[in-house]
Amino acid sequence: MNTDRLVQLAHGGGGRLTRELIEREIVPRFGNGPLSGLPDGATLPSPGDRLVFTTDSFVVHPLEFPGGNIGHLAVHGTVNDLSVCGGEPKWLSLALIIEEGFAFSVLARILDSVREAADACGVTVATGDTKVVARGQGDGIYINTAGIGLALTGFVLGQERICEGDCVLINGTLGDHGMAVMSARQNMDFVKGPVSDTGSVQRLVAAVHEFGAEVRFMRDPTRGGVAAVLNEIVEGREIGILLKERDLPLAPATRAVAEMLGIDPLHAASEGRLILFCSREVAPAILKRWQALPNGEGAVCLGTVTRDKGRVVMETVTGGRRLVDVPRGELLPRIC
Amino acid sequence: MCLAVPMQIVEIRPDGKGVAELEGSRHVIDLSFLTDVRLGVYVIVHAGYAIETLDQEEAQTTLSLFAEIVREAQADRPYTEPLRT
Amino acid sequence: MNYIDAFRDPAVAKQFVRLIAEQGRALADQGRRVHIMEVCGSHTMAIGRYGIRELLPENVELISGPGCPVCVTDPGYIDAAIALAGKGAILATFGDMIRVPGSTSNLTQCRVSGGDVRVCYSPSAAIEIAQSHSDREIVFLAIGFETTIVPVVSIVDEAIRAGVRNVSLLTAFKLVPPALHALLADTEIKIDAYLCPAHVSAIIGSQAYEPFVTDYHVPCVVAGFEPLDILYGVNGILAQMLKNEARVENQYARVVRRAGNPKAQARMAQYLEPVDAVWRGIGVIPSSGLGLRPEFAGYDAEKKFGMPVHIGQQHAGCRCGDVIKGKLRPIACPLFSSVCTPDNPIGPCMVSAEGTCAAYFKYALRDVQQGGET
Repeated sequence: MNTDRLVQLAHGGGGRLTRELIEREIVPRFGNGPLSGLPDGATLPSPGDRLVFTTDSFVVHPLEFPGGNIGHLAVHGTVNDLSVCGGEPKWLSLALIIEEGFAFSVLARILDSVREAADACGVTVATGDTKVVARGQGDGIYINTAGIGLALTGFVLGQERICEGDCVLINGTLGDHGMAVMSARQNMDFVKGPVSDTGSVQRLVAAVHEFGAEVRFMRDPTRGGVAAVLNEIVEGREIGILLKERDLPLAPATRAVAEMLGIDPLHAASEGRLILFCSREVAPAILKRWQALPNGEGAVCLGTVTRDKGRVVMETVTGGRRLVDVPRGELLPRIC
Repeated sequence: MCLAVPMQIVEIRPDGKGVAELEGSRHVIDLSFLTDVRLGVYVIVHAGYAIETLDQEEAQTTLSLFAEIVREAQADRPYTEPLRT
Repeated sequence: MNYIDAFRDPAVAKQFVRLIAEQGRALADQGRRVHIMEVCGSHTMAIGRYGIRELLPENVELISGPGCPVCVTDPGYIDAAIALAGKGAILATFGDMIRVPGSTSNLTQCRVSGGDVRVCYSPSAAIEIAQSHSDREIVFLAIGFETTIVPVVSIVDEAIRAGVRNVSLLTAFKLVPPALHALLADTEIKIDAYLCPAHVSAIIGSQAYEPFVTDYHVPCVVAGFEPLDILYGVNGILAQMLKNEARVENQYARVVRRAGNPKAQARMAQYLEPVDAVWRGIGVIPSSGLGLRPEFAGYDAEKKFGMPVHIGQQHAGCRCGDVIKGKLRPIACPLFSSVCTPDNPIGPCMVSAEGTCAAYFKYALRDVQQGGET
C-alpha cells in the first residue's frame, strides 16, 4: 500500500489545501525574496537600461532521470535561453501544473532541485503559480518558467554576423540529455545509461562578453540537437559548416546508447551546452577560459564555417564526407 | 536491416536473461540463443537479444591483418597479393 | 577492448581506400565496371553515414539491395495494422515502422486519430504491455529478416510460458536468400557480387550464400557494419573479381559461423514455416517469408481476428520497386527530393532511415547536389 501523500484536485482549488500546499512546499523554498508575503506579482528593482526576457515550458518523461529532474531543467532551460541572448539571468517565474494523484515526495524532490539550481545560478524565483488538473489530464507535472535578465554590455550578437572562417565552439559532450532521458524510460531495459548534462551556461557567457563583436552568435542545442542548430544557421545562406567526426565530443555512455538505438548523437538534445560562433582569432582564448570553468572543462572547437552554401558537412572517420541532416520527427529507437 | 552492437556480459540471471555493458551503459538482454554464456564474453545484441557471441580471437586475427596492411604501407612496399581471409 | 572503434581506425581506412583504388584501376584497365549489391539496409546506412560511396573508384558501384524490412513491407500490411487498431487493439511496433505509408495512412496518423500505437525497442515489451492491459488485445507488428525474426517470435514462446493469451503477431517476416536468388534470376538486373549482410548471416550462416557462388558464379563476401568491415569487404570482392574467382568469403568471422546460430534456427523452425511473401515493389516471391505454424493460430493476428492482409495500393509514380531491385538509383526517380522527401515520404525507400532513398537524401553530397542520373 502506498502511504505517500498525494496531490488532490482540491490542492488547486484555492481553498485551505491550496494554502497548505503553498505554505508547505513553496514558501519554505522560495519565500525569502520578492515572493515573501505572496503578493499577486513581484515588484523588482529597475536595473540597467536593457532587459532580456524569455519563457519556456517543460514536459519530460520520465520526470526524474540520471543527472537531474524536471526541476533542474525548468531552471537551466530558461537561464540558458537568457544567457545565449547575452543576458545575465536575474529573476524567474515558476508555474506548476500538477496532475491529481502526484506524490508529494516527488514534488518535494523536484522543488528542491528548482531551489538548488536557482541558487547555483544566482537567480531568484520571484513569482509563481500552482494548478492541479484531474488525473489523466497531465503527465505528472508540467512546469513553466519565464526569466528576466540584464543585457550584458559588449555583445553584438546575430546569426547574420557569422562568416567564413569562424569557429564553432561547444562547452562539452553532445546529446547527453536526450540519450539519458530516452534510456531512462521504463521499457528500455537499461540498468545504467548516459547522464543528462542539464546545467547552466551563464558563467561561460559571462566569461566571454569582453570579446565583444568577435563573438558572433550563441545558441543552446536543445531539441533537435547540434544538427538542428547548425542547419538552421546556414539555411539559405552563402555559408556552410564543416565538422570532423573524430573531433566530436561524445560521452562514452551516450555514444554507446546512440549506437545501440541507431540514433545520431548530433540529433539528441543537450540541456547544459552552448554553441558559440566566434572569429578564428579569439577561439583559442575562449576555449582556454571556458576550460577553466565549471561546465566548460570539455570545451572544444566543433567545426569551422565554410563557403559550402547552406550545407552542414561532416568529414567522417574513414575520410569520406556526408551531409549532416536535420532530425525528422521524434527520435525513436530503431532496429534497422 | 539489423542494427546490433557488441556488448560484454557482466551479469547472468537464472531466468535466461543477463546484463550486458557497452562503454558504461548497461542493458538487460536475453541470452537464450547463446551456446556459450559466460561472464566477460562479448555478444552481439539486437533488439534486446544476444544473437551470437563475438569470437575475440577471430576479431584479433582481422585486426592484425589490418595492422599488417598499415605497416606494409608505411614501409612503402608495393602491394602485390590481394588480401586473403 | 572496444570492438567498435577498432573497426573505425582512419589509418586503416586510408590504406583500404588506396588498395580499392588500385584494384579498381586494374579492373578498369580490363574495361570492367563492377556492380556490387549491398544487400542489407544497415550496410546502406553505414555506407552513407561514413561517406564510403565517394571514396570508391568510378568503375566500382555500390547498389543498394532489398534488405530493409521496412522498405519491402507492402502497404496492405500497414492497412491491416491500422484496421486492427481501429478495432481497439494496442499496436506494439519497432520505431522504424511508424511512418511507413499504407494505402491511405500510416501509423503516425493512426495514433493522431486515436489509435493506440506504442514504440518498443525490444519485442519482450509486448509481453509486459499484454500483462498490464489484460483486458486489451496487443498486436506486435512482426516484421524483419532472420535477425529480427528470432527475437520477435520469442514473443510467442514467452507468451505460452507465461500463459499470456492477449498478444498476437501480425507477421510479415522475410528471408534474405530467396530474394537474392530472385534478383540473380532476373536478367534485367546487373549484379556482379553480393556484399552479404552481417547479422542475418550470424543467424543463417555463411553457407547460405554457397548456392549463389556455384549457380551464378557471383562472389559473396560477408562483411560487418563498421566502416573498415565494409571497405575490407569491397576490397575482398574486387580481389576475387580480378582473379575471376567466385567464393563465399566470411570476413565477419568474429561473429558469423559457417552454419549460423543453431539455437536461433531451432526457435524459428519450432514456431514458423515458409510462406510466399509480398515484397513491396518486387511482388510475390515464393517461400520467401515465414508465417506462424497452424498450431499457433491463436497468436497469429490474421487468423485470430479473421483479418487477412491484402496487397495494398502504392503511389502511382513510385519506383521504389526498381530502386529496391537495384535497377534505378534514387536520384533517377522522378519523385526523388521533389515530391518524395523524408518529411513527406511517398515510397518506403524514403521512409526508413536505412531506406536507400532516405540514405541518399540524408547523407549523399554528390548525387543530391547534381540531380539527375549519375
